[in-house]
Amino acid sequence: MTTKKIVVVGNGMVGHYYADKLATHPAQHDITVLGAEPRPAYDRVHLSEVFSGKSPEDLALTTREHYKEIGVKAHFGDAVARIDRDKKEVVTDLGRRFPYDKLVLATGSYPFVPPVPGSDLPGCLTYRTIDDLGEIRAHARKGKVGVVVGGGLLGLECANALKNLGLQTHVVEFAPGLMGVQLDDGGSTMLRAMIEELDVSVHTSKATQKIVPGKEHQLRMEFADGTSLETDLIVFSAGIRPNDQLAKQADLEVGERGGITIDYHCRTSDSDIFAIGECALFGGRIFGLVAPGYRMADAALSQLTDTPVSFQGADMSTKLKLLGIDVGSIGDSHGKALHKGQACASFLYSNDRERVYKKIVVSHDGKKLLGAVLVGDCSDYDTLLQFFLNDMDLPGNPESIILPADSGAEPLLSGMTLPMSATICSCLNVTKGAIVGAIEGGCCSVADVKSVTKASTGCGGCFALLKSTVDAELAARGVEINNHLCEHFAYSRQELFHLIKVGSLKSFVDILDKHGKGRGCEVCKPTVASILASLWNEYVLKKEHVSLQDTNDNFLANMQKDGTYSLVPRIPGGEITAEKLIVIGQVAKKYQLYTKITGGQRIDLFGARVNQLPDIWGELVAAGFETGHAYGKALRTVKSCVGNSWCRYGVQDSVSMAILIENRYKGIRSPHKLKSAVSGCTRECAEAQSKDFGVIATENGWNLYVCGNGGMKPRHADLFATDLDDETLIRYIDRFLMFYIRTADRLQRTSVWMNNLEGGLDYLREVVIEDTLGIAKELESQMALLLNTYQCEWKTTIEDPEKLKRFRQFVNSDKEDTNVVFVQERGQVRPAKETEREALLTLS
Amino acid sequence: MNSAPRPRSSSDPIAIFSLSELQEDSGACVLINDVQIAVFYLPKETPPLYALHNWDPLGKANVLYRGIVGDIDGELVVASPLYKQHYSLGTGRCLEDEATRVPTYEISLEGDSVIVTLNPRRHAA
Repeated sequence: MTTKKIVVVGNGMVGHYYADKLATHPAQHDITVLGAEPRPAYDRVHLSEVFSGKSPEDLALTTREHYKEIGVKAHFGDAVARIDRDKKEVVTDLGRRFPYDKLVLATGSYPFVPPVPGSDLPGCLTYRTIDDLGEIRAHARKGKVGVVVGGGLLGLECANALKNLGLQTHVVEFAPGLMGVQLDDGGSTMLRAMIEELDVSVHTSKATQKIVPGKEHQLRMEFADGTSLETDLIVFSAGIRPNDQLAKQADLEVGERGGITIDYHCRTSDSDIFAIGECALFGGRIFGLVAPGYRMADAALSQLTDTPVSFQGADMSTKLKLLGIDVGSIGDSHGKALHKGQACASFLYSNDRERVYKKIVVSHDGKKLLGAVLVGDCSDYDTLLQFFLNDMDLPGNPESIILPADSGAEPLLSGMTLPMSATICSCLNVTKGAIVGAIEGGCCSVADVKSVTKASTGCGGCFALLKSTVDAELAARGVEINNHLCEHFAYSRQELFHLIKVGSLKSFVDILDKHGKGRGCEVCKPTVASILASLWNEYVLKKEHVSLQDTNDNFLANMQKDGTYSLVPRIPGGEITAEKLIVIGQVAKKYQLYTKITGGQRIDLFGARVNQLPDIWGELVAAGFETGHAYGKALRTVKSCVGNSWCRYGVQDSVSMAILIENRYKGIRSPHKLKSAVSGCTRECAEAQSKDFGVIATENGWNLYVCGNGGMKPRHADLFATDLDDETLIRYIDRFLMFYIRTADRLQRTSVWMNNLEGGLDYLREVVIEDTLGIAKELESQMALLLNTYQCEWKTTIEDPEKLKRFRQFVNSDKEDTNVVFVQERGQVRPAKETEREALLTLS
Repeated sequence: MNSAPRPRSSSDPIAIFSLSELQEDSGACVLINDVQIAVFYLPKETPPLYALHNWDPLGKANVLYRGIVGDIDGELVVASPLYKQHYSLGTGRCLEDEATRVPTYEISLEGDSVIVTLNPRRHAA
């Protein structure tokens, strides 16, 4: 078989997708790519990001080298001038000729500029290519005001670009509303209000009649209603027109209003010529989005690679961020079409205060989703799209999908409920079937499935759905998600804790000998160190423990990106005297540390070199400070409000209680960090409900809340017990913490731990309050042991010269790490960025 | 596989210090001609001493000596204290990123003295 010559005209997103896929397909082809632009394909969808810091290189989808590697001949900056169908070759502007067996036209589209007098004046621009951006930037430099003509998807994207350039930005739209194709009136009105809040002026129902030189600015636009607007530049972004000239000249069939006519296989009227992307006309429509373009490319490809698929049109649902605002549109968003001969119904949720607008259009019987509009909040988009694309039956009360969810509500859709044909990843067009296939082919994790199917490697928006699908499928196959600590210990943390306790084991070597294999690693060593600390509470830098400690525990400070450390002295309850504040200030000044107030009412000191830590702590300890354990999986801080000592509303002394709690539990090691807070009244100024254990004062005592956290997945704590006296409060916390320390998994916060306890909160109450397991006394005495053996690790360390040796930067030199370079910002140091560092190091 | 180390030539700069300066199963750092070398002492292994460049090429900081040592599938490694990638103590290879490798150096124990030589060892690919 002779190798077929394939010529791809156009190197936009779709042309590149086609060439890249064909080249990496096992079937051998001789592929030539001809791009009119001077550079290889780039991501046009995110063009405006060039004005918010991205470089054109960041947008690149490929490189000349990549094409070389995959054996594609690529030529850029020389447009194709004509097609010679008789000789089966194309001829470029420079007269180069490229013969083809099959020709693929991926010539894309050009921006439509309305035929308004004056629209060719200098300062009238378009927005399509990286070169266009250069023009826009050049004109923006000379002016202050910019106008975008067109209030559609592209127009608003372009308005974002102008705004990023610092121009006073206007959007001029001919129609009465913004994004009229995708949004209904209500959604459009909400979007307009949100855009105007961003200081972008919106003018709708404006027909531009002519453009003339302006008086105060470069140009003046005169509108049909007699008004006018002066501006320094105008960008036309009022729709696209297909680039079909080559096809016209070659007598290929084109639509009346443009577009190269194609069939299901993306073939033009010449069966050796394909057209894909925005230049192609299918079923009388141009598909001006990238995903349908990719589907066309797939269909055209399949003609050469023996697994034919056809292009059947494409869903034009879309989700995007315009000027930072989430906008989504699915199906028949206007709800105007009849469904099976009957008018449809719609549900609407509109919230002016939070700027959210959601509408769903459903069939007459309420069973099928026909369309949706989302503005301000697209979190329901993926769910709605799955209902829509898979024609799935809606729940009995469809409005529940768009109404604000009650906290803790189960997700409506999970991987298991979707049909095999459901598209999980719409960027890469990966179906649930493909994911299941990958699992059957041996994939055992989300990461495996990602690398095999490429799902979730585009925008990443489908990751949660992908994960739930993979997890559910794995579980259905009986794959045991094993909870072994690592390859060295075939036990969970809880099991290992038990083994160490029962065997009274006191060193890693013994534990590895008895229960593990190999030499250990950075997962099991710190876990064992933590368990040993929870059980026996020996000095963490003791000779047999020191090599087990995680980075931060190892040097009793928090390593930062440049290898320097931050340190946090304990400030119990956030209460500190003026004298101590002064000491912190003096120390920070002396060692030139960056200081920042933490969220836990403490002070973090950054930029300490490892060799400076002992001296710094020497001064802090001398002034009465203790270590704050900011480096450890341990109690961090107990935040408090001032309580009834000062506050008019306080009902208990929250500061004293916070200090008592913090001093009681400081230093104990736990599976993850622990945070706490005490509020002096129900106003909850200390935010106790966002903590692992939080205390809120009542008229009669204290309410205890457990298992809350902030961070990546915030969770409000649950009310555990009410109106406790001081003694009972402490007793419950003792038991609660010790039970957590015993039974939680490695790096499992209290909230996840409780969720995984069978019986959840009620079970936890039974164990802690009612002592149904009969272990309360044991938990209390274990806690008592930890409290009695507390030591300030820094105090112990600075008193031991042998330990201090470890804090030298070099064994054989007093020099410092020359790679640590600081610059000044707002009167303090910060690590130099890479570019700054290079400049500074070259100077020195 | 390691190729046989080139015999130390008298011109290679070296650092000599007492073994007691090192902590068992931990790292320390030595400086030779402004090159930072992370030195690891694993008394139960043969050989017991390993030397890698201290620069973590992925974390971009001089921190490797502060990592935890252990083994992955039997290969002795140090885990970067920044982002926990594993570097082979024997070859400097990064287990998570084929393209990344940290230079390794000759290190030996003569009596009670540790000798590190600024002579990068080469490894068969």
